[in-house]
Amino acid sequence: MKEKVVNGSESCVQSAKTALIRQIYRVQAMDFASAGEISGKIKNILKQLGVNGEMIRRAAIASYEAEMNLVIHSWGGSLIFVVTPEEIQIITQDTGPGIPDIDLAMQEGYSTASDQARELGFGAGMGLPNIQRCSDRVEISSKEGQGTTLKISFFL
Amino acid sequence: MPLTLLKIKQILNAEVLYGEDKLDKEIQSACGSDLMSDVLAFVKEQTLLLTGLTNHHVIRTAELLDVSAIVFVRGKCPAPDIIEMSRNHSIVLMSTADSMFTACGKLYQAGLSGGGEIQ
Repeated sequence: MKEKVVNGSESCVQSAKTALIRQIYRVQAMDFASAGEISGKIKNILKQLGVNGEMIRRAAIASYEAEMNLVIHSWGGSLIFVVTPEEIQIITQDTGPGIPDIDLAMQEGYSTASDQARELGFGAGMGLPNIQRCSDRVEISSKEGQGTTLKISFFL
Repeated sequence: MPLTLLKIKQILNAEVLYGEDKLDKEIQSACGSDLMSDVLAFVKEQTLLLTGLTNHHVIRTAELLDVSAIVFVRGKCPAPDIIEMSRNHSIVLMSTADSMFTACGKLYQAGLSGGGEIQ
């Protein structure tokens, strides 16, 4: 299992007890039609919680890119949305091909996406770099042939 | 310099596909791109998006970023369900016969700025 903390240095695991909100959404592979709906819901929840606009925007962008990654690259998975008093977390867990070289995947422009994803305006190797840019911490662990877990955090 | 959507409509000789009643809204900056990840990387609020793509991810991207209006270039017109989706999110849609280059050039000349850079 390869693991990498891309932003930030310390690992911070929140227990379910401290979570104010914990939602689990299923994401189907290749379901381009509804991709992004979950991120729309997350954006609305954050608005209702009164989170500031810039933070909502950053979380919505990261969530959308992460959701698209599941649709484009995985064989299916879950997107888990957690809000604690300290942070917002967006976690994706998938079964799929995994990421053989995480450093390479973090480079802008590197992509293994299908033509179908590219035709929709995605798959240009901007997803993970975008997620890194707008979040406070990114943790990725991946195993080839099994799947990837991505944890994105925003400090409140 | 901010421009109203009405002014933008006139400059681009555009057809309004949705939001004829919202043309008094002021736009601070614009972004021209067919790459939604680039749009997600840089766009600010009260922005106009110019694009040649007409799929529902364009609307979804605009929704998530609070983009006020979208101009489809080169005379493109999205399917009715895409227009309906923009109605649900109050995103104004227009279509212009101009190409991306020409449409962006006209708006830039009229004083609208890019208003953002990739951070």
